[in-house]
Amino acid sequence: MSSVSRLQTVRAVCAKDLRIEQRSKVLTSQIVPFALVMLVLFAFALDGDVILERTAPGLVWLAMLFSSMIIVQRSFVVEIADGALDALRVAGADMSGVFWGKWFALIVQLVVLEAVLIVGAIVMYGIDLQISGLVLLVTSSISATCGLSAVSTIYAGLASGVRGRESLLPLLVLPVASPVLIGATRAAEAAFGAGGTVVSEGWPWLGLLSVFAVVFSFGGSLAFGPLIDD
Amino acid sequence: MTLDSPSTVSTTSRRGTATAATRVLGALTIVMIGWLGVFGLLLSPADRDQGDAVRIMYVHVPSVWLAYLAFIVTALASAVHLFGKSHSLQADRVAGASAEIGVVFMAVTLVTGMLWGRITWGVYWQWDARLTTTALLFISYIGYLAVRGLEGSRSQRARRSAIVGLLAVLEVPLVHWSVKLWRSLHQEATVLGTDLDVSLDGLMLFSLFVGVVAFTLLFLWLLLHRSRVLMMIDLSAETGLDAALAQRRAEGGVTP
Repeated sequence: MSSVSRLQTVRAVCAKDLRIEQRSKVLTSQIVPFALVMLVLFAFALDGDVILERTAPGLVWLAMLFSSMIIVQRSFVVEIADGALDALRVAGADMSGVFWGKWFALIVQLVVLEAVLIVGAIVMYGIDLQISGLVLLVTSSISATCGLSAVSTIYAGLASGVRGRESLLPLLVLPVASPVLIGATRAAEAAFGAGGTVVSEGWPWLGLLSVFAVVFSFGGSLAFGPLIDD
Repeated sequence: MTLDSPSTVSTTSRRGTATAATRVLGALTIVMIGWLGVFGLLLSPADRDQGDAVRIMYVHVPSVWLAYLAFIVTALASAVHLFGKSHSLQADRVAGASAEIGVVFMAVTLVTGMLWGRITWGVYWQWDARLTTTALLFISYIGYLAVRGLEGSRSQRARRSAIVGLLAVLEVPLVHWSVKLWRSLHQEATVLGTDLDVSLDGLMLFSLFVGVVAFTLLFLWLLLHRSRVLMMIDLSAETGLDAALAQRRAEGGVTP
């Protein structure tokens, strides 16, 4: 029985991950610029204001998904570099607490990335965002991020410490995350009013995103311990 | 002691992976597949609208049945490994063998489906819920097989892949739901429609039934052989070094 409660573990792991990010500034100095470059490259590839305005929600979430792979990889590289995950296990830390801590830290970083990408799309792709659309966009993005963070944390935990994890992680995460991409893109489409959609069409997607987030967050907290407990 | 039944292994390593039962099963499978060929290609009639193209159905439908059956077996065997008291490695091998067979037949399903789609719809691919879910499932199980190939001990591999095998089960309804919802909000296919539910006459239905039975037998036959091969691979990995050392000693005339 560990003397540290699960909540304390969650708080400690989350604070540690965010502190590492705050000191290394990899998110702001490398990943955010990479995501913005993707937005620019999409504009070059599609070449047209009308197409860009129509496809902006999908492009934002694709950029988000690909950039998130780098954040997730990094989140576990710092754990295995000095055997930190093993040390936590040996110290008797609650692995479910470790999962929730990493899950929450990842959410914070992904939300920052999303905010930058959405503002970037508004500026570069000429999107007109109303207040009612903004509420839908924020709610759906947070739900989608919770689900994406859960799936990424489970599979990154699995792939951590093995050779070839860089290529294995996207292969495992991206097919599973496809409901997040579909739901978040359609909700953002309604929020932006792309393709003549209205805001009310976006709310049904929140159900899908929430169920996904709940299933994989709780599934992940159960599976995380056995996955790395070897 | 990590292998479940070394006596079985020693028997199979002497005689390959076949037993009397699997030989009978194999012969029965060949007979059923031959029967499917006769019914599917000769006896069953051509479709009024699709002509002879409908005969692809006799491979396509049994393949998808076999693939889903294989993935269900993978999930069940994963659960047996993970939640069983002995954490049976034999269950893990059954899960792995079944997933390999499922991936192969899911590929057959996708290829035959695309060929059939090209003839009936005019395009190889439609983004409808069934097709998209099948494609994503196919990729997910390729990921599952990649996890099985990761480094680590056998128990590590078994636990990891059992969890991924069970998570894949959670994924199926969510992916299907999302894609179905996605397609329902978009216009329907305009080429020739995507309805595959052709009306079947009695002989066509019977031929399809023969196909499903033949492919189920094929699955059982492949599963038995493949899980025995996996057992022999495990045994070989476990005893390979000892055997090689003994062989070198014998060559050098050294008695252990």
